[in-house]
Amino acid sequence: MKNEKDLLTGVSERKRREPISNTNLLMTITVCTFISMYVLAMLIWGGGFLNPQQFLDLFNNNAFLLIIACGLTMVMISGGIDISGGGITALVTMACVVYLEDHGGTVIGSLFLALGIGIAFGLVHGILISYLEIQPFIVTLAGMFFARGMVTIVSIAPRTAAHKAFASLKQLRIKIPGIGYYGKTGNFIPAQIELGVIVAITVVLAVAVTLKWTRFGRNLYAVGGHSPSALMLGINVKRTKFFAYLLAGLLSGIGGYVYLLHTGAGDAANATQAEMQAIASNIIGGTLLTGGVGNVIGTLFGMLSLKTITNIVIASGLTKPYFQSITTGLMLCFFILLQSIILAIREKGDFKLLLPEWMRSGIKNKK
Amino acid sequence: MGNGLKKFAGSQLVIPLFALFLLIVFNLIRDVEFFSLTIATNNQGNTVLSGNLISILNGASAVAILSIGMTLVTSSCKGQDISVAAGAAIAGSVFVSVLRANEITIPVIILAFLLCCAVSILFSTFNGVLVAVFKIQPMIATLILFSAGRSIAYWINGGATPTISSPLLVSIGGFIPGIPIPTPIIIMVIFLILISLVLRFTNLGLYTQVVGINEGTAHLNGINPVWIKLTAFMILGVCVATAGCITVCRIGLINHETLLLDVEMDVILAVAIGGTALSGGKFSLFGSVIGAYIIQALTVTLYAMKVPSSAVKAYKALVIIIIVLISSPVVKEHAINLRNKLFKKQVKTEISMKAS
Repeated sequence: MKNEKDLLTGVSERKRREPISNTNLLMTITVCTFISMYVLAMLIWGGGFLNPQQFLDLFNNNAFLLIIACGLTMVMISGGIDISGGGITALVTMACVVYLEDHGGTVIGSLFLALGIGIAFGLVHGILISYLEIQPFIVTLAGMFFARGMVTIVSIAPRTAAHKAFASLKQLRIKIPGIGYYGKTGNFIPAQIELGVIVAITVVLAVAVTLKWTRFGRNLYAVGGHSPSALMLGINVKRTKFFAYLLAGLLSGIGGYVYLLHTGAGDAANATQAEMQAIASNIIGGTLLTGGVGNVIGTLFGMLSLKTITNIVIASGLTKPYFQSITTGLMLCFFILLQSIILAIREKGDFKLLLPEWMRSGIKNKK
Repeated sequence: MGNGLKKFAGSQLVIPLFALFLLIVFNLIRDVEFFSLTIATNNQGNTVLSGNLISILNGASAVAILSIGMTLVTSSCKGQDISVAAGAAIAGSVFVSVLRANEITIPVIILAFLLCCAVSILFSTFNGVLVAVFKIQPMIATLILFSAGRSIAYWINGGATPTISSPLLVSIGGFIPGIPIPTPIIIMVIFLILISLVLRFTNLGLYTQVVGINEGTAHLNGINPVWIKLTAFMILGVCVATAGCITVCRIGLINHETLLLDVEMDVILAVAIGGTALSGGKFSLFGSVIGAYIIQALTVTLYAMKVPSSAVKAYKALVIIIIVLISSPVVKEHAINLRNKLFKKQVKTEISMKAS
């Protein structure tokens, strides 16, 4: 009787015994690492880490990075790579500032300009990569070069946006009720977030929903996991890849506008190495470059971990700039090795297979 | 003869050579004097050759040396090392710090070079272990050194940008008295000959390709993929050290932030243009070297056309996309289909012409 009931209700022991998927496992590790890191930082250094505003500043300063990283997550799940994010961001900031200042543009117009630039890049990348089958690395590298070059063609000098409507939009802060900190004079200052953070969180949720519950999202995992099988299952592999790059381009455009909302300036040096930071966020978040595994929530926590470690390094007194990138490197190293070992154990049930022969001479092979 | 031509048409070198040829023709049409060589006397009082051709060959030597190692890594590991520029910054820092601690003589320079080779082999072995033993994608594995490398160089230098000056170093980075060709070109040629001799007289080249094409088969045939991949990374380490030292000698100081900046992307492009698939397998060393010269020729051409240096990247990207498009198999297929259609039409029109 019990079995029958289980079959009818769908609540069964089988479900409980089903192993956790790679995607969820890697994501859980990242989330746990971030939370434990932050709690440890709170306990050891207190001060700034106890201040909710400092936590929210992680979002305020890196909203654009989060948006780019979300686009990259989709591309990486489909088994590709997009390194043009930082370049497109810089181009969007410069183009929008020049449009607002020199051509009497409106805020809505500049927003459409940003989206247009993003979509244009995504379109070209998508066509070249999915329909003409050129290596994604080369295409998006060329896209990055093109965007970085175009920034200086649009304007060689850094520009600042003084447009009134835009400036008021840039100054807009959303106060979070109930959360805040006490200033030096003892007055209560409520915590604030920028408009870009809301955009970023919306993007994260939208991408998460897309990946989890839409046909396109599931197709992405199938294509990234094994594209010949996906093709045999009747998935349009080329179109799926095309839309992944198109969306990544669009999100880079939005990311560029959010960057502009944060800094209000167009500069050729904007968002340097943002693409590499986005890739690092994805890796820490458990998205594999080989495709088929990954989650955008993991990317969010990956980005947060990446930025928190920098804060921790500064708080611990190692203020020399080189310590930050060395610790970033070490952290990447830790996560990459961890993922590699976990995946190897899960796939083969045996870690020793990963080791070269001279390291496992003492252990007999099973077969 | 006809057979040889056919073989040549099918080889990987066709596209890069064709692209280089187009660039040369374009420059000759634009300016007949572009490739003219002049004999001048430089500051040291040596008779030297100068001209755009020399500056292309000279400027590309670091990228060309790096692209040799990168080709082997790409071929065997099915991925690229993006930490070469950061690695070169570390190697250059080691080189400079050894030279600054001692009086600069030829044995000291050799010692410094060997030491910096050792350091950079150590770092690329670290990358290699991650790639070969832990089976991590090369781009991800080298992202670690990419983000930390320049900081390590900063740490070695103690935050400063130390300068070194000696006539011996000038002769490595510039001209040896009495020889009118810049030394980096000579080093590059010697390096290329050495590596191709090694590949020619050992099975390393063959094994590298086998590991890149099918690792499982390679393993079944008694080749250890781990060692082949590690060897490829070690050779890349030597390339990185050489490129770093040449660049340091040329500019006479080490700046960890700007030394060979963004060069890793140029190197990967050189490999791709040279006809080596970025997904591993068959490789062509000469193709990669030609690819490096194409990139440098393109840059020099754009400078000669008075394009501002910061905007060069945009034009470079366009040309790269065109080159990659031409060499893409799908595009080739489409082109063949189109040609067949056109050819059929031509035949039809010929027939109708004859009929009329």
